[in-house]
Amino acid sequence: MSSVSFPEYEVAFGRPDSYYEKYERKNELSHATHYCPGCGHGTAHKMLAEAIDGLAIKDRTVLISPVGCSVFAYYYFDVGNVQAAHGRAPAVATAMKRSHPGSIVISYQGDGDLAAIGMAEIIHAANRGESITVIFINNGIYSMTGGQVAPTTLIGMKSMTTPHGRSVENEGYPLHICELLATLEAPVYIERVGLGDNKQIAQATKAVRKAIDNQVKGLGFSIVEILSPCPTIWKMNAVDSQHWVRDVMEKTFPLGVFCDKTKEAQPHAPHPAAPALTELPKILGIEDEPELEHATKPRKIDIDLHVRVAGFGGQGVLLLGEILAQAGLDAGLHVSWLPSYGPEMRSGTSNCHVRVSSESIDSPLVTLPDVLVAMNEPSLRKFDDSVRPGGWVLYNGDEFPADCYRPDVKVLALPFTKVAHEIGDARAANMVMLGALLEIAEDLPQDAIDQALRQLVKTPKWVELDTRALLRGRELFREKCAVEV
Amino acid sequence: MTKRLMKGNEAVVRAAIMAGCRGFYGYPITPASEITESAAELMPAAGGVFLQAESEVAAINMLYGASSAGIRCMTSSSGPGISLMQEGISYMAGAELPCVIADITRGGPGLGNLGSEQSDYHQVVKGGGNGSYKTIVLAPHSAQEMADLTALAFELADKYRNPVFLLADGFIGQMMEPVEFPQIAVAPKVPDWAVAGTKESRGNLITSLHMDINELEQHLIKLQAKYAQAEREDVMSESYFADDAEIVLVGYGIMGRILKAVTVEAREMGLPVGLLRPITLFPFPKLEIARLTKKAKAFIVVEMSNGQMVEDVRLAVNGARPVEFVNRMGGNVPTHEQVMEVVNRLARELNVTRIQTTEEARLAHV
Repeated sequence: MSSVSFPEYEVAFGRPDSYYEKYERKNELSHATHYCPGCGHGTAHKMLAEAIDGLAIKDRTVLISPVGCSVFAYYYFDVGNVQAAHGRAPAVATAMKRSHPGSIVISYQGDGDLAAIGMAEIIHAANRGESITVIFINNGIYSMTGGQVAPTTLIGMKSMTTPHGRSVENEGYPLHICELLATLEAPVYIERVGLGDNKQIAQATKAVRKAIDNQVKGLGFSIVEILSPCPTIWKMNAVDSQHWVRDVMEKTFPLGVFCDKTKEAQPHAPHPAAPALTELPKILGIEDEPELEHATKPRKIDIDLHVRVAGFGGQGVLLLGEILAQAGLDAGLHVSWLPSYGPEMRSGTSNCHVRVSSESIDSPLVTLPDVLVAMNEPSLRKFDDSVRPGGWVLYNGDEFPADCYRPDVKVLALPFTKVAHEIGDARAANMVMLGALLEIAEDLPQDAIDQALRQLVKTPKWVELDTRALLRGRELFREKCAVEV
Repeated sequence: MTKRLMKGNEAVVRAAIMAGCRGFYGYPITPASEITESAAELMPAAGGVFLQAESEVAAINMLYGASSAGIRCMTSSSGPGISLMQEGISYMAGAELPCVIADITRGGPGLGNLGSEQSDYHQVVKGGGNGSYKTIVLAPHSAQEMADLTALAFELADKYRNPVFLLADGFIGQMMEPVEFPQIAVAPKVPDWAVAGTKESRGNLITSLHMDINELEQHLIKLQAKYAQAEREDVMSESYFADDAEIVLVGYGIMGRILKAVTVEAREMGLPVGLLRPITLFPFPKLEIARLTKKAKAFIVVEMSNGQMVEDVRLAVNGARPVEFVNRMGGNVPTHEQVMEVVNRLARELNVTRIQTTEEARLAHV
């Protein structure tokens, strides 16, 4: 082979550094892209790669490529690559950027992807002002799936699913994404450009670079819509399709800047430093506390209490149960508290199951309560039959309904709300009833109750009132139960 | 360790942060909202990211992004929201992305109601998305297990690079019980495969797309090998008097608790009843169930659904013994008495051995 000498020359427009030298992720023809001749993606890819080079951000860049012809962008771009589901790239990009605020996250989407299936994701990412860059390729058609109508398809344009042309009656009007997003407050930069001729391409190149530069500066959400030729699906040659962008598409989708706040936008504040790992238990409220006295001197309490508490919402049904459970826990016992979980929650009544036991608790559901605390009549009627023979019913009412009487169940019926009103506030009725209940569950130590009350009742005024209410409940039980038992 | 009274749902986020989770992306739904609300408060305080997404579809795709970035991340929802997430879960399983998803199950189908059901078993354990994938599923039965299994879920998610579910009925999420936590927090670490916007990770690619049919098949063979490994290494179940049981009760979540009480009562009456509570629903404790068929004369599966896990029990029993099914639906709970009735009937029909009652056993030891 004879040696051939080439003249010295300089490559003016070579392969951008952000492109792989060979497309190894693409099995066949690893020196050529999968795009059709004349496709706008090649041009858009190149301006994107050159912007990444120019801003020296190759190592920091993460390219998100969802479904569409550009789903294979990771064949070409020598950056971090994440392929995403159809339309979801802005959601993926959101979390990627928030996870690594120093990364440069670019979501590269087509019109079917962004303007149809991914509409919610793009609008909300834009509205949150995510500091990401979106490159939106608008060729007015679903190309990868073979040419079906897109939200951006022009009126009258034929597609595989608009065989007689897009009609306003059936498909509505072409969707103007830039105009739509420009109504939001958060985006800093929205521009529509075209690939219709060299002048348009020069402007597009500037816009893409600016959209990424905004992110490098930490300014916020930027999107560039690129009107792009698709000669294969449009059934045109490369030159005609390029001119069609300029001469036809642009009439429906006017080029221009729809929002530019890059001058006045402030860079996002840096994230506060994460706390030390050793601080976490305290921050989460789960840090170990010094052992309480009861733990070192376990009391011998033999108890297996099943309680059902029921009443109207606002009567403190759940709190009554919670204080009982917390007191049990403070006394070193096993406890469970289960709120009612049926439709009654929504219709104004509530109930809960509480178990306090010296043994570990199997079922937290109280189907046969030892004690039913019925704070109103409907609750009594609902649960009266369930009380275990030999058990107790504490009923809030002047008179115990005769038809609820059971010979095998003990009853304390008192107007607890009235009692509570007399000692300061009708809303303390739940605590008067808890006081009575504690006389039945006499093994539960008072100091555990006091401690639970202080933990769960926030204001000192209410702790004081509730303490008196508990005491009154105990007194009333002792006064009455001599007769009742 | 100090025990604190809290809801299972409140325990989840605390356990997650201690396990190194620093990303929570969610969408509210009853009865899982306390998880999202706790995360809103605690995740930023721990230096993590919390975001309420525009939909469950967006939330799961945010997990896709956070997980691609190498962050331990989670979300929570209930049946209708989980259905919407299935697309993203399939993508994450395909792209081998770890994450944790808590499903606090409510009544279905459709909007169903706010009651507790176990009717998401099929869509969670069998995978509701497309393709030959599986998720690992953990089924807590107490507030403490809500915490412990959340921590385990993150370990398994990373071990297998796969989504892991925490599947709990509404009772387990809403119930308050004492919970204790480890005090040593796991340090977040970005794995080597992640795309983290760094020079080192620049060559990495996260994708579920494999255009070549042989390449996709090889990928799927690799995924199946992971699931097989999970079946060998990470099956968990609780056995309660099951070894000598002639009637084996099987239930998970809240049913496991109720069946424990049934077991105690049956034993008090001298009936050889035991309980097997699956803790991992995938991998399912099928070998353990097959082993129990040697001694057992019958199985009783109890669920708050139309009978979903019972299919896996029947596969494991493989026709060797009868499998009875007891259920309630719509937010109702099979009662102790309802199950006891079936136990008594089977004990008669199958002529089970009378064993010492609990009291006789106690006296025998005196």
